[in-house]
Amino acid sequence: MLEGVCKSYPGAGGAEVEVLHGIDFVLGQGEFVALMGPSGSGKSTLLNLVGLLDRPSAGRIRVAGNETTTLDEAGLTRLRGRSIGFVFQYHYLVPAFTAIENVMMPMLLARGRPDAPMRERAAKLLEQVGLTAWSDSKVNLLSGGQQQRVAIARALAMNPALILADEPTGNLDTKSADSVFNVMREANRSQGTAVFFVTHNPQLAARCDRIVELVDGLIVARER
Amino acid sequence: MRSWMPFEWIAALRFLGEGRMQTAFIIVGASIGVAVVVFMSAILTGMQANIIRRSLLSQPHIMIQPAEEVARPLRDLKGEAAIVQKRTQRLISIDQWQRHMEIIRAIPGVDVVTPTVSGAAFALRGDANRSVTLTGIEPGEYSRIVPLPDKVVAGTWRLTTTDVLIGTELALDLGAAVGDKMRIATPNGTSLTLIISGIFDLGNKGVNERQVYVLLRTAQDLLNLVGGASNLNVTVKDIWAAEDISQKINAAVGLEADSWIRTNSQLFLALNAQTISNTSLRIAVAACVALGIASVLVVSVVQKSREIGILRAMGASRRQVMNVFLIQGGIVGLVGSFFGTSIAAACLHMWMSLLKNPDGTPLFLLTWDPGLAVWAAVLATLTGVGAAVTPARRAARLDPVVAIRG
Repeated sequence: MLEGVCKSYPGAGGAEVEVLHGIDFVLGQGEFVALMGPSGSGKSTLLNLVGLLDRPSAGRIRVAGNETTTLDEAGLTRLRGRSIGFVFQYHYLVPAFTAIENVMMPMLLARGRPDAPMRERAAKLLEQVGLTAWSDSKVNLLSGGQQQRVAIARALAMNPALILADEPTGNLDTKSADSVFNVMREANRSQGTAVFFVTHNPQLAARCDRIVELVDGLIVARER
Repeated sequence: MRSWMPFEWIAALRFLGEGRMQTAFIIVGASIGVAVVVFMSAILTGMQANIIRRSLLSQPHIMIQPAEEVARPLRDLKGEAAIVQKRTQRLISIDQWQRHMEIIRAIPGVDVVTPTVSGAAFALRGDANRSVTLTGIEPGEYSRIVPLPDKVVAGTWRLTTTDVLIGTELALDLGAAVGDKMRIATPNGTSLTLIISGIFDLGNKGVNERQVYVLLRTAQDLLNLVGGASNLNVTVKDIWAAEDISQKINAAVGLEADSWIRTNSQLFLALNAQTISNTSLRIAVAACVALGIASVLVVSVVQKSREIGILRAMGASRRQVMNVFLIQGGIVGLVGSFFGTSIAAACLHMWMSLLKNPDGTPLFLLTWDPGLAVWAAVLATLTGVGAAVTPARRAARLDPVVAIRG
């Protein structure tokens, strides 16, 4: 839930430039919401704030029932690791690790050491995204679509309340984009994970529960 | 992924493995640095031990002498009654030397205590005569201070009341050989004819020219010091503690005790200067290694900033990110120390086998101290970790938003 969220950055000459102007928005549990808007409208900034990677200049953000304004750096990191999964446009896997190890990563960071249940969960997630055969492959040997599916499996690893997907299909062909979207939709339906899905693709947006449009730092339309 | 390994170790090893060429170069750099430090340390230690061993070969660690005799000025009411002339130092015995020996033996760190009588004499044979230092010893105990039995190059290590041991140079000067007779005369008019039982070579021309050994009792008779001892000779277990122990002896028995450190002060200063210059050089080499590790890790942080951002987004704490880079520094240092120590050991082996004295013995004896390898490993690891602090802090401070955006 976002309440009156503003975000400013220092601009040229020291003046503050406001990118988001008082955003009020609620993402319900298990909702799959598309966020659309032109480039530079503040979509990534909004996603960074919801993902607790950045702090708002004003307003309040609640994630999975937790008020984040009062949390310190370590508290934000813990909440982010536990409750939020990220899928980025360029998949951003860690190339030094295999596919299954990348999926295990959020669990490994939370628990400190790898264990058998962690590996079983990662294997199950890779099975869900259809990549069991590739689980021990280095991620740079996988295609773009496959890497994005590994990223989705990784985002689901901690069974988060929310997945933030920043144009995950933006770099994929139609078939791969469709496949990636389906994987996310399936996870949303089967696990009740809320998804905030940034896209420029109106066909994919139309398949979401809701479409929110952001223009010049303001939500201008909410369609169901 | 090994189940016993924490995340930080797994990530550090994977990151190092990922940039193989980069890792190999920095490990080679660290290895060369460690090899230089270990090799120099071993050479310096061996060389210093050799110099000290040679210097202490013909002298005790601590020499105890009677207190200096001083003239006591006569005074009247107006001041000094006469011009006081500095008193000449006679050859005198240490008062109650047997009791003092027992006290000195009980001081911790003291190894051997033995009495000697030492004074000036003339060695006479035919037309030849040479001034010598006559030293009366108790052979058994004295050989534990100066290894005379090992230094006898002709004849045997034997001292009875009629025997004398002389140096190679004196034997040449007198034209004497083992079994020949020679006369020892002292300034007080006493003289005695003795048989040369052995000729020694203590590796010092001056000593071989002047030093003459007889039995303690013989020297007491010749120097008119019956039952006396002009010196007490002490060896200690730790040669570097000689000065402290000499002060303890002085406090315990009130006699003048000079340690080898004081009597060889110039040598000691030279050794210290050598140690300081060597340490400076070692610090400079370690600093170069540290800078090499740091520069490679700084580059690695820049290269991996996106991965660091992703890890931070997934819940990695700043501490976890920092540890990944500190561990990388430590691993480079540790692996570098392993290879560096091996290279140094090989170089030392080559040194020993290539550089030899004319008689085929090594130039000087180098002993491989396993402790040096352990120290090298510990110090190189700490240097690696220290070098990684700045890159690690830089990685930990990366803003995930900026890092992901690239």
